[in-house]
Amino acid sequence: MMTIENLKEIKEKARPILEERLEQEGKTEVRDGNIVLKGDYYKKQVRIALRNCEIIRPESIDEYIALDGYSALGKMLTEMTPGEVISAMKDANLRGRGGAGFPAGRKWEEAFKYNSDKKYIICNADEGDPGAFMDRSILEGDPHSVLEGMAIAGYAVGADQGFIYVRAEYPVAVKRLKAAIAKAKEYGLLGNNILGTDFSFDIELRLGAGAFVCGEGTALMESIEGKRGMPRTKIHRTAHKGLWQKPTIINNVETLANVPVIFQRGVEWFRSIGTEKSPGTKVFALVGKVKEAGLVEVPMGMSLREIVFDIGGGVAEDRAIKAVQTGGPSGGCIPAELLDTPVDFESLGAIGSIMGSGGMVVMDETDCMVDIARFFLDFTVDESCGKCVPCREGTKRMLEILERITEGNGTEEDIERMESLSETISSASLCGLGQTASNPVTSTLHYFREEYEAHIRDKKCPAGSCQALLEYYITEACIGCTKCARNCPVSCIDGKVKERHVIDTSRCIKCGNCMAVCPVGAVIKR
Amino acid sequence: MEFKFDWEENKEKIEEFKIFIKENMDKEGALMPVLQEAQGKFGYLPVEILEMTSKELRIPLAEIYGVATFYSQFSFIPKGENNISVCLGTACYVKGAEKILEEIEKVLDIKCGGTTPDLKFSITPTRCIGACGLAPVININEDIHGRLKVEDIKGLIEKYR
Repeated sequence: MMTIENLKEIKEKARPILEERLEQEGKTEVRDGNIVLKGDYYKKQVRIALRNCEIIRPESIDEYIALDGYSALGKMLTEMTPGEVISAMKDANLRGRGGAGFPAGRKWEEAFKYNSDKKYIICNADEGDPGAFMDRSILEGDPHSVLEGMAIAGYAVGADQGFIYVRAEYPVAVKRLKAAIAKAKEYGLLGNNILGTDFSFDIELRLGAGAFVCGEGTALMESIEGKRGMPRTKIHRTAHKGLWQKPTIINNVETLANVPVIFQRGVEWFRSIGTEKSPGTKVFALVGKVKEAGLVEVPMGMSLREIVFDIGGGVAEDRAIKAVQTGGPSGGCIPAELLDTPVDFESLGAIGSIMGSGGMVVMDETDCMVDIARFFLDFTVDESCGKCVPCREGTKRMLEILERITEGNGTEEDIERMESLSETISSASLCGLGQTASNPVTSTLHYFREEYEAHIRDKKCPAGSCQALLEYYITEACIGCTKCARNCPVSCIDGKVKERHVIDTSRCIKCGNCMAVCPVGAVIKR
Repeated sequence: MEFKFDWEENKEKIEEFKIFIKENMDKEGALMPVLQEAQGKFGYLPVEILEMTSKELRIPLAEIYGVATFYSQFSFIPKGENNISVCLGTACYVKGAEKILEEIEKVLDIKCGGTTPDLKFSITPTRCIGACGLAPVININEDIHGRLKVEDIKGLIEKYR
């Protein structure tokens, strides 16, 4: 039987071994008494959820313990009552990192106060936003922090069973989680009578099956219950009636990874990071047209500009930045002039985007905002579960309009039509997917309306990205080599040898072959 | 298209699958893990296996069908040994991809998206694969075949039989 003393012994034994290994590898340094990753990319970052990622070996429970792992759980089981844990969580004001930002402590309290023979903790690891991989990195790099966070939640609300709902598309994460759960059970840190106390908590893995909507809390519960993953009507809070109609706490991976540290270092410390209303940090997947793409974890309240330029190194190929998209298919495009907006739940909401789970896509002048909106709508249409008519039918109609516009067939009324559709879809859908589905459209319409108008009125794509609105054109630089004409799949290029060639744009299918084969770069898009 | 599920050939897998069901049937919400096991084991969800699942788990087949169709991970037909992807991008389209597709459908006697009963071939429509210069193009497994004419199809498919 593992006791707190054993845990301390393991830590004392494992810590020097870990330090020695890190010393040899030389990619870490000690900052304020903590082991952190070296390098400019990490200098401005504050890593809490990612504290152990790339530092410890994810397969090694000893290395996790060496860096104070499971000490928070141990301390709590012997020194704190569940009520005290919850009040500390409320004081820390850790807000849900899955995107909506609901305070975890308040959620826990709801379930804590509700009497029931059985309660559940769910870890939502169904990370589905295109271009987001924060949760995957935590699960793969530091699985025990999530397990410990779940056990703490279990102790606080009085649950003895946890589920991790993880995407089947993350095979490495699944493997690491399985191994981590087995190891934690072997060490007596999960299972019956944890650390010799009368608290028991077990965790089971459940795999997703490729449905984005299952990231929504109640849809996820339906899926665990073995049903179609469709969101429920929100008559009850899931903290009262959730999985199998029992009080259920569902928290996102990153939220849970934050929990153990709050108890290791204290509420005061946690609140000293970030902003008053959004304490702590947030992990972002910084991708798109940025020089150094990757995962960044920064204190809440840092400006978008600092994240993109000071950490990400600015826009790739030194083009001008046009917008930053946050929140994935539920978020919006933030224009360059608002880059000084601090990143926290309220500020992003106020400018028509959302924090979301942490996707952050940088866009430059060659990205067409109408096309971006179309891309996200295409995604939503595919992933709408079909339960609510406004979402199922409305998103489809909206996509049709956007396709029409990007193909140069839009009309003046289309903008109004979309605005009206957006309002209906967001006010009449049951779940977050539908309620936010129109965000990519409304935010681009708000900030980049002239781009929509250019597509509709002038039949031009200012960013030069919508294929249908471009034409290929042969400039005077043409040397008349005939290569383009020979490679044109629809034979729409005419011209004699050593004379300038001409593209018949009415027959051109815009495949771009001519541009690719031209030896002198005489073919341009305009 | 109905696929004959070979009980003899899958005997061992079926036994393993039955054991998996036994081990998991008392678990609440066992259906998803069981379907995932079946998909992984057999490569698709044969109706015979779904019937077996229905009996063992005591869940109506209709309900199982509802769940299985909801998630994109599950498929009801196996993919063929040779998968033919037909490019339906614009360049291929104007160069007669439709005719090529029709010919493939005729030769294999299945519709686009289907699989032949002997599991040798399946046809999948794809978006532009970026080989417009070779239009019309089809991919058979990893091989690209371009500048195709309708009369080439029969011989080409023969090579993969």
